[in-house]
Amino acid sequence: MTLQLDAKVPPGAIEDKWDNHKFSVRLVNPANKRKFKILIVGTGLAGASAAASLAELGYDVEVFTFHDSPRRAHSIAAQGGINAAKNYKNDGDSVYRLFYDTVKGGDYRSREANVYRLAHESLNIIDQATAQGVPFAREYGGLLDNRSFGGAQVARTFYARGQTGQQLLLGAYQAMARQVAAGTVKLHTRSEMLDIVVKEGRAVGIVARDLISGAITNHSGHAVVLATGGYSNVFFLSTNAMACNVSAIWRAHRKGAGFANPSFTQIHPTCIPASDEFQSKLTLMSESLRNDGRIWVPSRIGDDRPASQIPKEERDYFLERMYPAFGNLVPRDVASRAVKRIVDEGKGVGPLRNGVYLDFHDAIEREGRQVIQERYENLFEMYQRITDEDPYEVPMRIYPAPHYTMGGLWVDYNLMTTIPGLYAIGEANFSDHGANRLGASALMQGLADGYFILPTTIGDYLAGFLGQPPVPTDDTAFGDAGQEVRDRVDRFMSTRGSRTVDWFHKELGKIMLEYCGMSRSEPGLNKALSEIPALYEEFKTDVRILGTAGGLNQTLERAGRVEDFFELAQAMCVDALHREESCGGHFREESQTEEGEALRWDDDFAHVAVWEWTGDPAKPELNKEPLTFEAVNLSTRSYK
Amino acid sequence: MNVTLQIWRQEGPDVPGSFKTYEVAGISEEMSFLEVLDVLNERLVTQGEEPVAFDHDCREGICGSCGVMIDGQAHGPQLGTATCQLHMRKFESGSTITVEPWRAAGFPLVKDLVVDRSSFDRIIEAGGYITVDTGSAPDANLTPVPKPAADIAFDAAACIGCGACVAACPNSAANLFTAAKISHLNLLPQGQAERWARTENMVEVMEEYFGSCTNHGECEKACPKSISIDFIAIMNADYLKAKVKNRRLVAQ
Amino acid sequence: MESPVSTTTEQRRVPWPLAFYRSAVGKKWVMALTGIGIIFFVLAHMVGNWKIFLPDVAGVPDIDIYAEALRELLVPFLPAHVALWILRTGLIVAFLLHIHAAYALTLMNSRARPEPYQGPRTYVAANYASRTMRWSGVIFAAFLLFHLADLTWGIQPMAPETWARGEVYANFIATFSRAPVTAFYVIAMVVLGLHLYHGAWSMFQSLGINHPRFNAVRRSFAIGLAVLVTVGNAIMPLAVYFGFVE
Repeated sequence: MTLQLDAKVPPGAIEDKWDNHKFSVRLVNPANKRKFKILIVGTGLAGASAAASLAELGYDVEVFTFHDSPRRAHSIAAQGGINAAKNYKNDGDSVYRLFYDTVKGGDYRSREANVYRLAHESLNIIDQATAQGVPFAREYGGLLDNRSFGGAQVARTFYARGQTGQQLLLGAYQAMARQVAAGTVKLHTRSEMLDIVVKEGRAVGIVARDLISGAITNHSGHAVVLATGGYSNVFFLSTNAMACNVSAIWRAHRKGAGFANPSFTQIHPTCIPASDEFQSKLTLMSESLRNDGRIWVPSRIGDDRPASQIPKEERDYFLERMYPAFGNLVPRDVASRAVKRIVDEGKGVGPLRNGVYLDFHDAIEREGRQVIQERYENLFEMYQRITDEDPYEVPMRIYPAPHYTMGGLWVDYNLMTTIPGLYAIGEANFSDHGANRLGASALMQGLADGYFILPTTIGDYLAGFLGQPPVPTDDTAFGDAGQEVRDRVDRFMSTRGSRTVDWFHKELGKIMLEYCGMSRSEPGLNKALSEIPALYEEFKTDVRILGTAGGLNQTLERAGRVEDFFELAQAMCVDALHREESCGGHFREESQTEEGEALRWDDDFAHVAVWEWTGDPAKPELNKEPLTFEAVNLSTRSYK
Repeated sequence: MNVTLQIWRQEGPDVPGSFKTYEVAGISEEMSFLEVLDVLNERLVTQGEEPVAFDHDCREGICGSCGVMIDGQAHGPQLGTATCQLHMRKFESGSTITVEPWRAAGFPLVKDLVVDRSSFDRIIEAGGYITVDTGSAPDANLTPVPKPAADIAFDAAACIGCGACVAACPNSAANLFTAAKISHLNLLPQGQAERWARTENMVEVMEEYFGSCTNHGECEKACPKSISIDFIAIMNADYLKAKVKNRRLVAQ
Repeated sequence: MESPVSTTTEQRRVPWPLAFYRSAVGKKWVMALTGIGIIFFVLAHMVGNWKIFLPDVAGVPDIDIYAEALRELLVPFLPAHVALWILRTGLIVAFLLHIHAAYALTLMNSRARPEPYQGPRTYVAANYASRTMRWSGVIFAAFLLFHLADLTWGIQPMAPETWARGEVYANFIATFSRAPVTAFYVIAMVVLGLHLYHGAWSMFQSLGINHPRFNAVRRSFAIGLAVLVTVGNAIMPLAVYFGFVE
């Protein structure tokens, strides 16, 4: 163990920690803030909200996105909603309950203090977003509406039709646009970070490639913030956007940032099943659909009758059967595994038998088509566009797909990684969701980090550098990093192999989905760990990239991302192999109850597994941050 | 099914481009249009020809990255649908499909089917926000918003910024985009304080990059979110008011 | 990115009506308002000319009396001709503004798409009328000059050989006894109808007149107006040419 894993959790009772911390952190005088330059990579919810908030405070902010506009970040695709413990519904919600549900939903593998702070800040997020003009759903009286979401028994989810992520991102993007206009945020679009620059152990800048001109440029700042999202695309087929990747945090990892729980990935239960071999990505159908839709399959294997002709008594509403208390609203990991089990038994529906029904017939009968239409119209339309089937008439078909990664860069209570001056926020860090994220909590975390937490904690670090200008971009540290990036680009361009980047990505995805997907086993993971390096070697010598590096070259962009996926995939397998228990989204076949539920081993695995780069992607070094639970008792999750 | 694609190829903004014809055989009608481009690109790379550059990302019709002219229509023949959500079942096997980039002075071409839409960001920066510093917001339920107002504001806010409105407009006008962004905020109580300045500034920045609206209505049909041109009328009304309004009067 | 189309924001401060007119949205307001003014004139002109269908009054054609009354409008509050010239000035200004705004917007729009689509376009909402506004406008303007030369100024060869000032009815009969002239007038009215089919709908949008209750009738209004103006005007030359009015 060589990493210093001091979580810096403040003292005091759980509900006082954040206040205590805010009082103890060092502050930067308003007039001095403009002397500090902060580089932010990524413009999703976390990145855009952080950029806006830091610039409002007076910091000198530069923002980088590989998209043509900050508004395209994949936060925009989040559908269902955002949790907040407002208790507007008077149904017994509280900050403490949201905190408790999140820790429990994460199967007790998250850091208590961070989660409590998240639940606390959830209140402010809703206020902030509403004031920005985010058009949340409203009741007829003009006040905000809420709905319930998987894994919770209270209605605490705020939503904006099925486009909550879009509306929240536009809010953050617009707040940032105001700062761009004010000159406090400098925006670099179509600019991809390819490495971070570390000098004397501190993060001092980044190396980026202008995707249009191909120019590789150095950027220097007092602190670097990575808000670059998750890495579900390691599976190739996922609900992530095509460009989502691990490169930014992986490059940071290679420069010394600990990578926490890489194997903690979430497989979302309600996605549209793949239709053919050309499928390029999977489309999520919001979890909110499970509020009104009932999940079932025909009881008899091989029952090929159309859904409408199968009588009720010949249907298996298996979630309601297995989990009577939560029914169709069990957490995502539980639902996904149940669906996989049923499909593996051969009861799947659809032409490829790769899905289960999500049926709205009863809800439409109970509430009327009008009500259902108002709730889910855009989702139903999207489904129909993709499948050519009308969900008002025929039940949807769904199957789980990789969706979110709870793992990410290890961060302390200040959201700083193990590299001083390097921060990770949003999905890019590991901190709040443990081994499984509850629905509608990703938006909450991204915005809590960006709007409220980072702007408070970053000053504590910066205050120590008053009077010191950023490291000049012609420093040797930049020279070395820039040279590495150029060498890597040259290596790709000169490989001149025979196979496409996507071919390798698909093959890697198949291995990962098979052996490191919804269920994992020692033999499977070992197999993956022998297959991935072999495929990676082939990639290095046989990938074909045409065109030049001196201009827009989308294949070249993807090659770098896929190469990083190859290294990450090995870390994921190593981590999954290390964690011999089952918890949340991580299911080890060797560790299950008689009923096939996840079986945790708190004595051995109540820790964060933080991996340190050693130079060999298959042999990272393990560091542990022990998890202690003072406010919540460790117990077995039960949704029965 | 098999299709013939006639795709605009152009190395960069300063070199002339032209259509090139590609046969793509053995595709399925379940595929999305962009997946056909993926397949074509895989084959091109294998054959040693540089793949077609095109913007795309979420592939679920919300990020607004994708967008090309397909047979002379922005986002293709299926109305209310982004290119990524257009599936091949909408085409006949054996048909020839013409694919061209958005063309507008405000969207200069980058390469092949990729254009630069950063002018949209400039319009937002001119006033497409509500000034509320982080932390200064009052409780969310302090200001009730009548449901019809919230609903219509949402209809405007649904804009994904893809640029199809500009591409489809015979005048390359961005009035639908700008009107949607202005209306989203102007129709909400929270947006009233900056309503007139916002309208004035955003319209004027829009006109630096784009043509004028002559009410063809083509944008509304091309819009993947089917945003109504009613918002353009609302913007036009607000623009005049922005010029004549006594902004010192509180009652707006 | 440079501003490729216009630079409204960088120009110096000017009085608000001018600033308003500088913007494209403002120009569209002006086009709509002047269009409405012209529509009112066209309707009044049409109704007034329908007097050719009325019998003579004491041996004088009704329309000649009407023409004289126009010159005497608001007498004795104003001297003769003054009211008419105020109206005429308003009309001329409306036409000039309408044309200038259209010209400026057309230039702006061509700057907004310097390189046209190379493949064929498929239009879904834009119709023949909306896409030919500038041509229908130009054709109608040309017609208008002909019409003024013919019946107002009496310039040969546009005017009939027997043209005489004040003899409205006689000039009317003389000019429409000529087949090409009649045909030109009728065609011009169809063109005007097309122009109104789009313009009379479009003006509501430009003026921001938008209400869920009335939106549905905007198109019907435009169709009704276009038909009324086309038919209401075209029947006069046709009636003369085919001998229903002599």
